Amino acid sequence: MKSAVDQKTVDRLYATALKIRMVEETIALHYPKGEMKTPIHLCTGQEANPAGVCAALTDKDMVFAYYRSHGWYLAKGGHLGRMMGEIFCKSTGCSGGYGGSMHLIDLERGFAGTTALVAAAQPHAVGAAFTFKSRKQNRVAVSCFGDGATEEGIFQESLMFATLRKLPVIFICENNGLATNTWVKDRQPAFPIYKRAEGFGVHSVVVDGNDAVQVYQATQEAIVRAKQGDGPSFIECMTYRMLEHCGPNNDFGLGFRSEQDAVSWKQKDPIQHLEKQVSVDLQEQLRNTYQIEIDLAMDEARKAPFPTQLLPERLQCP
Amino acid sequence: MPVMKFSEAIRDAYLQTMRANSEVYLIGVGIIDPKAVFGSVEGLLKEFGEDRVVEGPLAEQMLTGFAFASATLGMRPVLIHHRVDFLPLTMDQIVNHCAKWSYMFGGQQTVPMVIRGIVGRGWGNGPQHTQSLHGLMANIPGLKVVVPSNAADAKGLMIAAILDNDPVIYIDHRWLHGDSCEVPEGLYQIQLGKANILREGVDLTLVAIGPMVQEALIAAKQAAESGCSIEVIDLRTIRPLDFETIIASVKKTGHLIIADSDWPHFGVASALISQISQKAFGALKKAPISITWPDHPVPASYALDAKYYPMAKQITEAISKLLSNILYENISEQTSKSHAGVHAGPF
Repeated sequence: MKSAVDQKTVDRLYATALKIRMVEETIALHYPKGEMKTPIHLCTGQEANPAGVCAALTDKDMVFAYYRSHGWYLAKGGHLGRMMGEIFCKSTGCSGGYGGSMHLIDLERGFAGTTALVAAAQPHAVGAAFTFKSRKQNRVAVSCFGDGATEEGIFQESLMFATLRKLPVIFICENNGLATNTWVKDRQPAFPIYKRAEGFGVHSVVVDGNDAVQVYQATQEAIVRAKQGDGPSFIECMTYRMLEHCGPNNDFGLGFRSEQDAVSWKQKDPIQHLEKQVSVDLQEQLRNTYQIEIDLAMDEARKAPFPTQLLPERLQCP
Repeated sequence: MPVMKFSEAIRDAYLQTMRANSEVYLIGVGIIDPKAVFGSVEGLLKEFGEDRVVEGPLAEQMLTGFAFASATLGMRPVLIHHRVDFLPLTMDQIVNHCAKWSYMFGGQQTVPMVIRGIVGRGWGNGPQHTQSLHGLMANIPGLKVVVPSNAADAKGLMIAAILDNDPVIYIDHRWLHGDSCEVPEGLYQIQLGKANILREGVDLTLVAIGPMVQEALIAAKQAAESGCSIEVIDLRTIRPLDFETIIASVKKTGHLIIADSDWPHFGVASALISQISQKAFGALKKAPISITWPDHPVPASYALDAKYYPMAKQITEAISKLLSNILYENISEQTSKSHAGVHAGPF
């Protein structure tokens, strides 16, 4: 049974999704200047997934994301200034400039360090869930990844062990249909991913990943199951990557998809979808607030010092 | 001090740390098997239960990531592989995650985990059950690597590895599991990164690793009978390698032999000779000698063992070559008892 979602929650979902969109657009706008010398995997078009999932979590719950994680970091409450610092490879970055755009972290907000390797963090979430359970803590671990990650062997391994041990872990598959520039039909048999997860005995659902409310509701349900000892859940979120795999541009020039193909997805833009459900005043107010916050974060990151030590201070021998 | 077998000493290390710290747990494929990982986890399931002696599916890569993440949250897992040959299945988690994590996030998290791989040398185990991967693992910054040579060290290094805040690869040889010696009681630790001078000498520095340590001691004893003073150093830890102790010894003796249970190139022997060449070149009276396995996989047939594995005899020959004033009447065929062909096999 899905509980009704109140206006306050919808406003919150919109605020998070909008902030992610505006941050990604700002990065894309400034990226060509060459100040951010780190590969960027923008999540433009997929904002409803992190916004919906993280709205159902607390700081005690942990998210284990991947290289396309600006959105997950921000939705989980990660500090914007420190994220921009990291993307500028500065010492003020969340990883001190040692990680870059693909390695974001904010432990205070329950955002685990992210990895550049596809599917590699799935067992991390399972191991964290085991830790929570061992310590009798009422927390959940969330593993998020793309459709390509479900092709890795470690995906099956992680689902199997999480189910066997009934661990409080939630798997979120952002199915944007693409692994870099290869369509899912060329990589997987035409069998729904969530059905495969179901085969491991994992409670599995598929939702419109461009509808933050649906993602939020499915996550809430998964959290209840996890916390009452029913084990893992799998949520497949059908979504669309608007920009290229890595970089600030579109990829229509590559020929594997056209601007025309993208039209139907643009009509399902997750931000526009939420805008229909919130007041115009709120939209305007949030846009103004975020623009100031983002400009400030960009400015500070630009001015911040680079790291100077080859070894992070904490790893230097006394 | 009680006398324990190598595998009993490892069990004692688990027992002592698990009793002292509730965040220490064991995990691996087949660790609740009645054979109890060659006896090294005997009785622990009964005492600590299935949440601390965790049986894993045959999914080594996942288990590594699983243990790794729990370690970043402060648990102290020991991931056990019956054969070291399963480590290559898990290289993404070891190389890209365990080894990188602390650095990649500016030192915010530590990774206090142990990955134990057992080398299955002997009894026809063949190329995929007997190889030596400590040199390969030691190539990766961010990891620590230990190779114990006797029961007491097996315990002391295991406890130190469990209590260390970095990922430690612990490689032990099934070949040595039946060997016993006096083992200190309690939470006995051996400092990681520090070599052990087993026998002091002035004529030649003989560095050995794992099962080669016993061979080195036999060779040193034989040399002593011919009036030659050999300094035998057990490396104990491969990474970080205690170059300081070796350099000081070579500066004293002017001669270096390294006996490793590994292939000849790109491994510990090469790294050590490289450092000595750079830091103590002037002290060397002759070119160092490395005694290693031949540069190809390990054969299964035990008829080839004697040709493949170097023993005390090869070390003695090398000593004789470097110290040309020493003449042996007969180079003894004597070898350590664990190498005497009485291995219990097949598992």
